[in-house]
Amino acid sequence: MSTTLASQADETTEVVGIEPIASPPMTRAEKWKRRGPLLPALVFTLLLTQIPFLLTLIFSFQRWRLLGAGEAEFNWGQNYVNVVQDGVFWRSVLNTVVMTGGTTIACLVLGLLIAIFLNHAFPGRGLARTLAITPFFVMPVAVTLFWKSAMFDPSFGLFGFISKSLGLPAVSWLSEQPMAALIILLTWRFVPFAMLILIAGLQSAPQDQLEAAQMDGAGLIGRFRHVTLPHLRPFIELAALLLAMNLIQTFGEIALLTAGGPAYATTNITYYVYLTAFNSFDFGQASALGIVALILTIALILPMLRLLSGIFKTEGRR
Amino acid sequence: MSTELTQTSVLVTGSRRKARRGGQPRSARKRWASVGMATGAWVSSLVLFFPIAYMVLKSFQTEQVAASAVPQLIFAPTFEHYIEAFDSGIWPFVINSFLVTAISTLVVIALALPAAWALSVRAIQNPQDSLFFFISTKMMPIAAGIIPVYVVASQLGLLNTTAILIIMHLGMNLPLGIWMLRSFMQEIPGEILEAAAVDGASSWRIGFSIVLPLMRPGIASTALLCAVFSWNEYFYAANLTTTNSTLPLFLQKFLSFGELYTAQVAAVATLVSIPVIIAGWIAQKSLVRGLLFGAVK
Repeated sequence: MSTTLASQADETTEVVGIEPIASPPMTRAEKWKRRGPLLPALVFTLLLTQIPFLLTLIFSFQRWRLLGAGEAEFNWGQNYVNVVQDGVFWRSVLNTVVMTGGTTIACLVLGLLIAIFLNHAFPGRGLARTLAITPFFVMPVAVTLFWKSAMFDPSFGLFGFISKSLGLPAVSWLSEQPMAALIILLTWRFVPFAMLILIAGLQSAPQDQLEAAQMDGAGLIGRFRHVTLPHLRPFIELAALLLAMNLIQTFGEIALLTAGGPAYATTNITYYVYLTAFNSFDFGQASALGIVALILTIALILPMLRLLSGIFKTEGRR
Repeated sequence: MSTELTQTSVLVTGSRRKARRGGQPRSARKRWASVGMATGAWVSSLVLFFPIAYMVLKSFQTEQVAASAVPQLIFAPTFEHYIEAFDSGIWPFVINSFLVTAISTLVVIALALPAAWALSVRAIQNPQDSLFFFISTKMMPIAAGIIPVYVVASQLGLLNTTAILIIMHLGMNLPLGIWMLRSFMQEIPGEILEAAAVDGASSWRIGFSIVLPLMRPGIASTALLCAVFSWNEYFYAANLTTTNSTLPLFLQKFLSFGELYTAQVAAVATLVSIPVIIAGWIAQKSLVRGLLFGAVK
């Protein structure tokens, strides 16, 4: 396994991808011939993502309760006024930021640490790496249910047993520290993902620069700070972006572990939209929530998006 | 291999330098450093894997043993929860999960391969823009689109069907599939394709007789990853289906049974996780390749 990993890292530097063969200006016919293969995927994705978005926008301006009387009708943006005045909504925004930010940071720190450990050759490295990556692949619903009873349960959960063994009072995680419980579970699931990306980064660290720095008398920490870390930056940024993208959408863990509670303490935006739409059956209000969620998500992720497009641009120039 | 060799040499020279300064025997320092690293690696790997091992262990306990306040490591194993799992109406959900996973993954590959071609080998102008569009759809909050999807699906009679799950999983996995397949396609050496073009091979010919065979490992691992995500998907299953659904929903409904359920949940959780764990283990390296080499290079 180590051999393939290393050779994989070599490929980063040696294999040159196919340059887009676009030297002479293309004719109209040639342009469409080239677009052809892309169209099915592009049209499908456009339809499936843009139409629901437009419909959400339309719904969000309507008074539309499934349980209420009457047809859906235009209500002059009342839904948006309700959203902005809704304390629970702002709570859910804060929860989303805490959950996403906390888990992303924890994953990056722990992922980097484990990646550094695993980047060195030692007996059984392949096996250790394979075991470490497993939490990312197991069915989230399955492990969430298992964690709920076998780990977090105050009377027979493992965490309770550990704190009692240490002479501490058993914490009832899901009622007293629900957010911490969620962040622990999510971090466990996503650390392997951060780790995989950062191992790839470490594997492709510039050995010549590391050696040169060493010749100049840089210590282990100095080499890490001044050579490895700058090299890792795009990898850390990409990991942060992909993690945040996934975590901002967290739904299943909340639904199964805490059901957003107690008292909305763990309701994020996604779960609040779900509650409004499928528990209160207020489709108009839920649509407005969805649109505001979209705007906030873009605001939160836009800085990272810029970064990604920057990476793409660099790649384009290559 | 070369990377590893240079690393080792860095380590050796490093310890030599320190040995000279600190007067410690060089081999001892080196050994301690690598023992420390290896210990850290094994401890963290085992900590990460522990909950899964613990889950498998609990699945063989009776509910009473599983619910004892002190974790029991030695016990008489029972298979009752596995037998119970198969007797509890799991099969329709298993079949649905396989159907949704297989069909959505196949269609993702069928759509993503030509798209990847148009973004790498015979690239359209500004392929970055299209790539960026595809990945940006992954950033749209799923909550912002679920209500219209629900409404339209209910009008088309697609609620509580596998068809709607297949469609939504396609949308979910297509950007990933395109990204990964494109980065694998870009690794095919340009000279091979140029040589074929010079010999007069048509685009179709190059695609089917050169690119496709070379892409086989890339296609396999892309498909495995899409299958993992489809198999595990819960949000659409929970919102668009009820009784005629996939395994994650079966598991959620399992909870309503009985007072003690840890061991039973562990058994079902273990069963449904086996396929994805195996697929994930096979595809783990390509996940990074596919995600990274498209972006960071």
